[in-house]
Amino acid sequence: MKLELTADQQAFQEEVRKFAQKELAPKAAYHDKTQEFPVESLKKMAEMGLLGMSVPAEYDGAGVDSVTYAVVILEISKADASCGVIVAVQNSLVALPLYKWGTEEQKQKFLKPLAAGLRIGAYCLTEPNVGSDPGDMETTAVMEGDHYILNGTKTFITSAQKAETFVVFAATDRKAGNKGISCFVVDRETPGLSVGPKEDMLGVRASGTAAVTFENCKIPVGNRLGQEGGGFRIAMEALDCGRIGIAAQAIGIAEAAFEASLQYSRERKQFGQPIGDFQMIQAMLVKMATEIEASRLLLYLAAYKKDKGERYSKESSMAKLFASKMAVENTINAVQIFGGYGYTKDYPVERHMRDSKVTEIYEGTSQIQNLVIAKAIAK
Amino acid sequence: MNIIVCIKQVPDSEAQVKIASDGKALDLDQVKFVLNPYDEFAVEEAIRIKEKKGDGTVTVVSLGPPRVKDALRSALAMGADQAVLLWDPAFEGLDSHGTAVLLSRYLAGQTYDLILLGKQAIDDDMSYIGPALADLLKLPLVSVVTKLEFSPDYKTAFAQREGERGVEKIEVSLPAVLTAQKGLNEPRYASLMGIMKAKKKEIQEVNAAALGMEGSGTSDLVKSRVTKLDYPPKRPPGKIVPGDAATAAKELVRLLREEAKII
Ligand SMILES: Cc1cc2nc3c(=O)[nH]c(=O)nc-3n(C[C@H](O)[C@H](O)[C@H](O)COP(=O)(O)OP(=O)(O)OC[C@H]3O[C@@H](n4cnc5c(N)ncnc54)[C@H](O)[C@@H]3O)c2cc1C
Repeated sequence: MKLELTADQQAFQEEVRKFAQKELAPKAAYHDKTQEFPVESLKKMAEMGLLGMSVPAEYDGAGVDSVTYAVVILEISKADASCGVIVAVQNSLVALPLYKWGTEEQKQKFLKPLAAGLRIGAYCLTEPNVGSDPGDMETTAVMEGDHYILNGTKTFITSAQKAETFVVFAATDRKAGNKGISCFVVDRETPGLSVGPKEDMLGVRASGTAAVTFENCKIPVGNRLGQEGGGFRIAMEALDCGRIGIAAQAIGIAEAAFEASLQYSRERKQFGQPIGDFQMIQAMLVKMATEIEASRLLLYLAAYKKDKGERYSKESSMAKLFASKMAVENTINAVQIFGGYGYTKDYPVERHMRDSKVTEIYEGTSQIQNLVIAKAIAK
Repeated sequence: MNIIVCIKQVPDSEAQVKIASDGKALDLDQVKFVLNPYDEFAVEEAIRIKEKKGDGTVTVVSLGPPRVKDALRSALAMGADQAVLLWDPAFEGLDSHGTAVLLSRYLAGQTYDLILLGKQAIDDDMSYIGPALADLLKLPLVSVVTKLEFSPDYKTAFAQREGERGVEKIEVSLPAVLTAQKGLNEPRYASLMGIMKAKKKEIQEVNAAALGMEGSGTSDLVKSRVTKLDYPPKRPPGKIVPGDAATAAKELVRLLREEAKII
């Protein structure tokens, strides 16, 4: 057993960390405040190959392994959680299904520009009335000759504001439940597609999250990904990988809060001594440090299993379940360590606290992770 | 267009360096090393020149122990084509002069149109190698360059430098030695693909014998030595001028004039 990153993985981590701390971190508070989609930062990340990092080089990606993917999302999220989720969705939920299920033609047409970072992608599963139980979705796709007619609304779609390629799930047979769902690749230019105003959210405020509506959109049959009725499986497999990204995001946020807390606890003095000398403050710092490492090990386990080609759905759910709770609890403690200052926007920890919460919600709530893990351990 | 960039690996500017027990060198045991930031400008400029012209090679050269390969790889990851490491245990203890002599011996056997370096290394701040190389290779030198352009045939460089007298525009025929100043460009971050490519590239190693140094040792190359290293004096603590704004301001002006004598 060897518990360390390879030389390559370390080199990637170092360069992305340097980039994220110098280029992303200084802008995070601004993006949080203005909710401005980080277009410039994404351009730079595209140049570094981060927007298609998991896609093999033959389709213009960087072709790095899942452990690297996890490490990179962690470093990006540590600097700016909005950038973290945008890049995670782009790789896990959009590029990955296209790579795994796309025909050669679809890969040439849709995957390459995504992998090169020339286009931003979005993943459209959730609907106003359908979240945790996507099998019950109301968006429909009806075949008419050589195309489908797509109708419905998707909500909370990360990057929707600027995305140009949408991976959309729709019921081709509403009576068939999970087996009646199909997956489509939809261009932003498609007539009938409209993007709503961005959601005014607690955290990840610059992630361009908005609703997307499809009104009699004509989608060529050639844009269907996989078989008719095969969409649910595509959606779930993408989420298995996606959860590695969200676990990494949660750990990145927690690490940022931890480092800020550690520094503050050395500088802030009360009762004539640094607050970091009080054991109750130390206990909070110890909890952070310990749980961050525990989460990281779960994260690496999931990514490692994926890289070995083994089943990793249980592990990625465990990593996300544990890391997201860890991030929420510890960023709340970070605000506590900062006292009143922590409650203001003069310090970053209140943003970390707000950003952390969504990791318990998207790509399957913690309750849904429980269902996934319960099913896996019952086998 | 063949461009050679001479680079140095230096302790990270955030590293806490300690003076070794002999009082003459730094204790570099736990220190993180990086590519000298001014050399990063030089590497970036070389790659941009090549990209703009559409042909040529960028070769990075460094003299130093095996750990320096990391700095060479950083340059390769940014987009340099090849890397050369001059090292031999016999090089231990070389001063700037000796380093410049050996670099010039290596470069004398190469073909190049341009030699780029950082204007100085941030560890010893000697600013020695660039000028010394120009002298040893009998090449023109333009130092502390903030802007660089070329004639259409790439036989002449137009360099700009900023000094006390204002902005200086200099025309120089190539080959020449140019040293890079901050502002010349914004160095790129290496891409994941670049890092992977760099890992696979071989770094050419050149030893003492190849530089005509067999047996003679470094003694006739070294012209200077460090006799003692001291920490900079501790900054005296700051002073807080108490009182309400109006009286404090008055007192501050008085202190600046009478004690600090700076106004
Ligand atoms: C910032 C943000 C970005 C998002 N990005 C995307 C995106 O890009 N693409 C996309 O498709 N979706 C996205 N989502 C949607 C997200 O995945 C859903 O919000 C999530 O799956 C939960 O669905 P819901 O909001 O409808 O909650 P519901 O499913 O209505 O759940 C409400 C509550 O009931 C609980 N619950 C539901 N079922 C069970 C059960 N069986 N047992 C116990 N408890 C249960 C849930 O855990 C939750 O606590 C995003 C959401 C947010 C907030």
